[in-house]
Amino acid sequence: MPRLVSHPDEVKIVSQRFGQGAAKIDRYLELGGYASAKKCLEQGPDWIINEMKASNLRGRGGAGFPAGMKWSFVPKKSDKPKYVLVNGDESEPGTCKDHLIFLHDPHAIIEGTIIAGLAIGAKLGFIYLRGEYRYLLEIMEKAVADAYARGFLGKNIFGSDTEFQIITQTGAGAYEVGEESALMESLEGKRGVPRIKPPFPAVVGLYGGPTIINNAETIATVPHVIAMGGAAFAEVGTPRNGGTRLFGISGHVERPGVYELPMGYNLKKMIYEVAGGVRGGRKLKAVVPGGSSTPVLLPEEIDIGMDFDQVGKAGSMLGSGGVVVLDDQTCMVEFALRTISFYQHESCGWCTPCREGTDWLKKSLTRFHAGFGAAKDIDNIQYLAENMLGRTFCPLGDAAAMPILAFVKKFRKEFEEHLNGKPCPFAKHVEVTVV
Amino acid sequence: MSLETMSIFSPRLAARFDALVQKYPVKRSALIPMLLYAQDEIGYLSDAVIAEVAERIGITELDVRSVATYYSMLRFKPVGQYNIQVCTNISCMLRGADDLSERFQEELGIRPKGVTADGVFSLEEVECIGACCWAPAVQVNYDFLDELTPEHVPGILEAYRGKARQAEGTAPHA
Repeated sequence: MPRLVSHPDEVKIVSQRFGQGAAKIDRYLELGGYASAKKCLEQGPDWIINEMKASNLRGRGGAGFPAGMKWSFVPKKSDKPKYVLVNGDESEPGTCKDHLIFLHDPHAIIEGTIIAGLAIGAKLGFIYLRGEYRYLLEIMEKAVADAYARGFLGKNIFGSDTEFQIITQTGAGAYEVGEESALMESLEGKRGVPRIKPPFPAVVGLYGGPTIINNAETIATVPHVIAMGGAAFAEVGTPRNGGTRLFGISGHVERPGVYELPMGYNLKKMIYEVAGGVRGGRKLKAVVPGGSSTPVLLPEEIDIGMDFDQVGKAGSMLGSGGVVVLDDQTCMVEFALRTISFYQHESCGWCTPCREGTDWLKKSLTRFHAGFGAAKDIDNIQYLAENMLGRTFCPLGDAAAMPILAFVKKFRKEFEEHLNGKPCPFAKHVEVTVV
Repeated sequence: MSLETMSIFSPRLAARFDALVQKYPVKRSALIPMLLYAQDEIGYLSDAVIAEVAERIGITELDVRSVATYYSMLRFKPVGQYNIQVCTNISCMLRGADDLSERFQEELGIRPKGVTADGVFSLEEVECIGACCWAPAVQVNYDFLDELTPEHVPGILEAYRGKARQAEGTAPHA
């Protein structure tokens, strides 16, 4: 069972029911559950969307798109059925927050899905979990069955004339399926290859019908937005960045864990106070602020507020909120290699810049880290990465290129130290043959 | 063929599949769950599994293979009874995943993607499994094991060997 952590600076909204036994429906009801869904049923779609817009809740998957605005893009009238799709394909390295939501608060996901359905006039919602999360899927399936048994889901939810159904779905191992159009493809029983946009899913989505796709954390936040009121939720965060966020702090810190902190919380404080500082009293070398695809920050760049806009201004991204902390014993070339190896493995292969770019970057960095690099390789790595940016159908190409560019730019000296057959200065596992 | 009489799956799984294809607006949406659940029972996607799944969904075997090859959890040859998947992605790597993987390799006498001679264990190094804050983490089949050190390895293997013996003792053919 994943360890839960706590810190006095936390503002527990989304995580308030963690460790409270709320996976059981009676306990969830005791803790105020399903009141928001009932309220939304009374108030209607326009009211829900207004509250969501007022909340400044931005997509927790990584892109940070305002959820209320996304919902408002769905046409009111549609010949085809509309759908809600919850993205629980949590796969961005450094990210494990949805894991805890599925484990501790599955009904919040169901309730958020119902509310999203009411907002856009959908009768069917899907909750898609990555295949590795089988035990969490079973928890979700039980929660959905319990919600049906109580009449919270079905033809007449909460005794009304409104219908809403939920289907849970397992993936089978694919990072790319976390991209919204690839997710729809996967749910339609196909390879997880992204679709060309436009049309956007809000207009032409799952099975061709208007679809809203939100990250599991975003959806689990929705009932709290309704309970608190959109404006009160927005107050918790910073301008245009409403509420809190489940920050997963991992890597070389004393107290790794998922902490719920207000948007805009200082990154330096998050590492040194909330997570207890760098493990073993070592020196901080670098921070990946929002999952493996976000550009690395140097120790002098981390005195910033963790919201979408401030991290963006610092030249990186808030992404999925997965903060990965690296101490001074970390080899940045090895770290870059591990990062690109992941994207090379996960590239779906559809677009050439991503398929070839990730492969060549992996090859270059493998050779480089083994001590067989040449000075021109450093520029070549940068050139390769730059030529992937913005040239792929989906963001995976950028997700692979951006971190590599930052590693090369910010740690060029360390790359140079690997040159001319020198063994890696940090090498532990690399077998280097000097030729 | 009549699926009821010819199914290679257990009656329970066959019944589950009958329901699964009815569940979605489009039958084909059942494909990926069906492949994974079939693999859970049979061990891998054998030719017979692919043939029956294709039949149940109403698409060609080639179409099934085209989809199945995309997903990293789906496999086309058997693995051990307990498939040990060591996450070596960034958060786990920073907290000693490589040492953990090495210890598993030493204890089992196999390399990643290998299977032990008795068929009880197989080993894989895998991408992020979503347990970054409890690193280094391992999945044994679907079980998550968090915050491991190499010293945990012998105990983990013993526990699963015990389970394997137990499973053997209760198997109908034993």
